[in-house]
Amino acid sequence: MRPVVKFLTEDLIERIVSEAIGVLCTLGVEIHNEEVLNLLSDHGAAVDLDRLHVIFTEEAIEKALEVAPESFNLYDVRGNETHDFSGHNFYYTPGSAALHVLDHHSKRIRKPSTEDYIHYAKVVSQLDHIASQSTALIPVDVHEKIADSYRLFLSLLYCEKPVVTGTFTIESFTVMKDFQLAVRGTEAALKEKPLTIFSCCPTSPLKWSDVTSQNVVDCARYSIPVEFIAMPLSGFMAPVTLIGTLVQHTAETLSGIVISQLTNPGTPILYGGSPAIFDVRYETTPMGAVETMMVDCAYNEIGKYLKLPTQAYISLSDAKQLDAQAGLESGIGATLAALSGINNISGPGMIDFESCQSLEKLVVDNEICKMTYRLAAGIEPREDFPSLPIFQELLKEQHLLISKHTLRFLKEEHSYPGLVIDRASRSRWQEEGALTLQERAHREVRKLLDSYEPIELTEDIKLELIKLMEREANSYGQDSLPQRSP
Amino acid sequence: MEVLEQISSLIQQGDNEKVLELTSKAINKNISPKDVLDEGLVSGMNAVGERFKNHEIFLPEVLMAARAFYAGMDQLKPLLIRGDLPDLGKIVIGTVQGDLHDIGKNLVGIMLRGAGFEVIDLGKDIPAQKFVETAKHEQAEIIGMSALLTTTQPAMKTVIELLREQGLNARIRTIVGGAPVSEEYAREIGADAYAYDAASAVERVKQLMEVE
Repeated sequence: MRPVVKFLTEDLIERIVSEAIGVLCTLGVEIHNEEVLNLLSDHGAAVDLDRLHVIFTEEAIEKALEVAPESFNLYDVRGNETHDFSGHNFYYTPGSAALHVLDHHSKRIRKPSTEDYIHYAKVVSQLDHIASQSTALIPVDVHEKIADSYRLFLSLLYCEKPVVTGTFTIESFTVMKDFQLAVRGTEAALKEKPLTIFSCCPTSPLKWSDVTSQNVVDCARYSIPVEFIAMPLSGFMAPVTLIGTLVQHTAETLSGIVISQLTNPGTPILYGGSPAIFDVRYETTPMGAVETMMVDCAYNEIGKYLKLPTQAYISLSDAKQLDAQAGLESGIGATLAALSGINNISGPGMIDFESCQSLEKLVVDNEICKMTYRLAAGIEPREDFPSLPIFQELLKEQHLLISKHTLRFLKEEHSYPGLVIDRASRSRWQEEGALTLQERAHREVRKLLDSYEPIELTEDIKLELIKLMEREANSYGQDSLPQRSP
Repeated sequence: MEVLEQISSLIQQGDNEKVLELTSKAINKNISPKDVLDEGLVSGMNAVGERFKNHEIFLPEVLMAARAFYAGMDQLKPLLIRGDLPDLGKIVIGTVQGDLHDIGKNLVGIMLRGAGFEVIDLGKDIPAQKFVETAKHEQAEIIGMSALLTTTQPAMKTVIELLREQGLNARIRTIVGGAPVSEEYAREIGADAYAYDAASAVERVKQLMEVE
């Protein structure tokens, strides 16, 4: 039986959704984008262009929910299916858009470079339990106006996995879409086999910026999947209660769904978010707080009630180093996310309130992810009944190490972690160098960097990607791109 | 030779039936039994040992490989001339007096047998005298002792002292292990070797026997 975690009753979910629709149809939302306001107005919403404000209609919300797909798939660079966002299937993706990278040797944070990004992509490409890459670092050795598209460019060059990404400006969308067309060949092929998910974030409370609302529209036009990342902050920019926060999260997310589905009915979306409680002692937004995780799991239940695939920023930590806090917050988050069946789980590698990526943490988190897959597989009978024969065998042979029953089920019943996780006796651990978790994780990172093999992308596609990126860089006055390792 | 490579590979897969079949085939092809042993069976087991050490395979695979090795050896033994027969040595093992825990010791026995040693397992709660008398009588080269309790581990020292008293400590070597036992403790009581798990016990015993 697969174990499932639930926080809300169906009655409570219905009440939350109904209250959220009430907020949208009474108080409305501020949208700083004329095109989006006109779109909503054309479909019966009451729009005030001077105040950049819109009051939604129940009909538009219901219609959007009706046409939004219940599931969709993702495909890697080569066109192989990697994700089936349906039911309780869950997949991990690294925490996205970190401003810093944690340097293993100095234990300090620094701004990421092209080389850091390439190392990141090479490591992610080999982590078995992290199904997609995200554009996890923002390199600072390129013009800031191309920092968003440059991440996607590097990701596509170095890792086959599909990409969770996003733009920082309206203009960047064009080249980021063109990269995908270069890989897939045509718009129809891209629509048939989505390669990326764009994160689009409303601004709490109840607001959409020009850039993010335009991104929703642009993605919808090309059927590029979008994950809505509403970020209500309990007790600050949202009610302090978890239910109140959920009402706000639901309203903000529904507003995005309406924009997307009005633009192009059937565009794939993830009912996502990155809400948090607000820590009134430190003025911070703890992603490792248990209440943050509870809100994540609860809105996932709301998403599933609305028959939509889901996403959350969970399984990450606020710790500043790869320490016990990093492990416990990421571990609890990943466990809850997996048992809740959140379809796209964003977080591995991330520390420091979504601001810092660590490759060492990424390989540790990969082990956490593996554990959650075993956990979610649950306990199933496997030729266990009748029990007498196996016990007769045990008493006869005195052990079951090479019993047919053991050999058949060992690797399905027991999952074995990689060498990052220490399970040796103290003596063996000492004999093998008495390495700390950080040292073992760094050894694993080095091993993955050494074993990396370039992805199978045709030379034509590579050249096209480079041409597009160089042209984009040139348009902002950058003559050449930084050197890249093979 | 292709057939020997196949035997080596089948040992690694733990396929005792096919090892048996191919060993007979090799013999019928007039390949020298010594070559079948060295380049087939032993080569396979060496690869298994290496892969186990590198965490590529687990204990059950090693034991399956050992079973396949013996399937081949049974065919080969009558044909090998005396000097070619691998005679790794004889070991007496047991849990020391006052201690009834024997899971670890059993695992050591399984692994040592798998590696080709002759093992006499005395069982649990074994008095010092019995360890020494059996080793003498069976002409064993090594006594292996296990203890789980801090209260019973001093019994290991009693065995070692008894060997010394009888002037046997140069001929009969000792190896100790178990949860409370450490390298330091082993040194303190004058044991010749210490092993922290069954796999390392095999390595230490090989070192004591100077077996490659």
